[in-house]
Amino acid sequence: MEKFINTGNKDTRSGFGAGLAEIGNEDERVVGLCADLTGSLKMDQFAKEHPDRFFQCGIAEADMIDAAAGLSLSGKIPFAGSFANFVTSRVYDQIRQCVCYGNANVKIAASHAGITLGEDGATHQVMEDIGMMRMLPRMTVINPCDYNQTKAATIAAARHNGPVYLRFGRPSVPNFTPENQIFEIGKALRLVEGKDISIFATGHLVWEALLAAEELEKQGISAEVIDIHTIKPLDTEAVLASAAKTGAVVTAEEHLIAGGLGELIAGVLIRTRPCPVEFVAVDDQFGQSGTPAGLMQLYGLDKDHIVSAALKAIARK
Amino acid sequence: MTDTERLTQTASQVRRDIVRMVSNAGSGHPGGSLSSTDIATALFFKVMKHSPEHWDRNGKGNDMFFLSAGHMSPLFYSVLARSCYFPVKELATFRQLGSRLQGHPSTDHNLPGVYMPSGSLGQGLSVACGAALGKKLDKEDRKVYVLVGDGESEEGQIWEAAMFAAHHKIDNLIAMTDWNHQQIDGTVESVIGLGDLEVKWKAFGWECITAEGNDMQAVLEAFDKAHSLCGHGKPVMILFKTVMGKGVDFMEGTNKWHGKAPSAEQCEAALAQIKETLGDF
Repeated sequence: MEKFINTGNKDTRSGFGAGLAEIGNEDERVVGLCADLTGSLKMDQFAKEHPDRFFQCGIAEADMIDAAAGLSLSGKIPFAGSFANFVTSRVYDQIRQCVCYGNANVKIAASHAGITLGEDGATHQVMEDIGMMRMLPRMTVINPCDYNQTKAATIAAARHNGPVYLRFGRPSVPNFTPENQIFEIGKALRLVEGKDISIFATGHLVWEALLAAEELEKQGISAEVIDIHTIKPLDTEAVLASAAKTGAVVTAEEHLIAGGLGELIAGVLIRTRPCPVEFVAVDDQFGQSGTPAGLMQLYGLDKDHIVSAALKAIARK
Repeated sequence: MTDTERLTQTASQVRRDIVRMVSNAGSGHPGGSLSSTDIATALFFKVMKHSPEHWDRNGKGNDMFFLSAGHMSPLFYSVLARSCYFPVKELATFRQLGSRLQGHPSTDHNLPGVYMPSGSLGQGLSVACGAALGKKLDKEDRKVYVLVGDGESEEGQIWEAAMFAAHHKIDNLIAMTDWNHQQIDGTVESVIGLGDLEVKWKAFGWECITAEGNDMQAVLEAFDKAHSLCGHGKPVMILFKTVMGKGVDFMEGTNKWHGKAPSAEQCEAALAQIKETLGDF
């Protein structure tokens, strides 16, 4: 099977920061807004290089989202950043009314998403954000898997006309996709070709899915691993083609089952080509303080749980 | 005819439009629309530099107006139509299926003059801040106006935007409060008192003017003063003291007409009090 090499652990938020700095240099329409988390979101390089195009909003996320919508009117491309929890649930109405209904060209930069935010605990660990954002008409939802992909996704988001929710994380994780890749919104990436089981993973779970495929190979099972970096619009063609070939599916995400990638893919399959589906996701509960790795294991979001889910799905064929 | 006389006549027709639109639709918000009529009429027919025929959602070349209190849509649509953004006869479609004149302003239906949806309260001031910053980045010498309600000012986001505008020295922004002291559940003072608004806005770092909002001459003078304060590093708020339901005696000064349509008889009684000056739609 195809092998992927970790070129060194890096945080995906730094990929966002690098992408913003790069596109910010290329395109003077790009503006940045942040709610007192400039360093955490790695927006400081952009802020330093373009002070005239960076607006500190303070701890006032609702104002930030709508100011971004206002800036977009004159053709600016605003990136409004904070922790994922604070740029979704806290400002849902602002995103709904002005960004989505108003069809404003605003990019919502959501860092520290999911349980890997870690030690700060459940108040900050949003695992409902994908569901909330994908429910909104017109919203594009992107959840890249590593540093390189997040950087490319940031540049692609700037070039895309329309609301984008760009989700990334806090911890350093393996960086394994190509440097300077072209990111195509809405196009799933088949990382490993297989015939017995399809593993559709997003975000930090993509690396775990690759590890799971290696483990399954040792057991004589050929797993296909597909990186769903764009959750909306979903690449349904890629999902259906893979599921038709393998006849069993595992989904893996750092999110609740409710509203997540698993439910989305199951919904597509059930209407077109039903087959066994197992979810690797968090079931209707909040997180807690801990290390990112410890939490991923405790909440069943790792390689071992993907392997178990794959065996279960295959047994149900 | 003086500007004040001309604008007063226009305001009379706008008030007729509001009453007739809401009555035709059988729903809508006449109270705040009527209290803000003189302010919006002054803006669209005298104060703002705008070219309806060259309108684009990007706002380039125009002063921009945002209605934060989106429920005042009857007023908004009337002043837009009467200043030639779209045909006056379209006012008859307000709130009907397929109309561009949605219950609350929408950008989904290509209605010229509407830059951003509004209706969920407290958001327009933030949007206006962003639009005003956009004009500054583009070095465009045009202003941004935004109208908020006094009840709406109970939304925390209004005060987030107040801090943001002062901090970033957004001095091409003129905000206006329709200070009619009424909201759905009663008087503003009885629901959640706002205290001394003038002290509050000044404390937030704004220039703040208080003026009579149903006296056309006073409205124009307030805008003149606001213009003289623009460009000096501070955003400007005009607190317009108004009367809810102004112009229709049984709607005046009461919260009961915030979001209620007059019956056919009530509509007739209301229209008998408001002179038709430019021809009904």
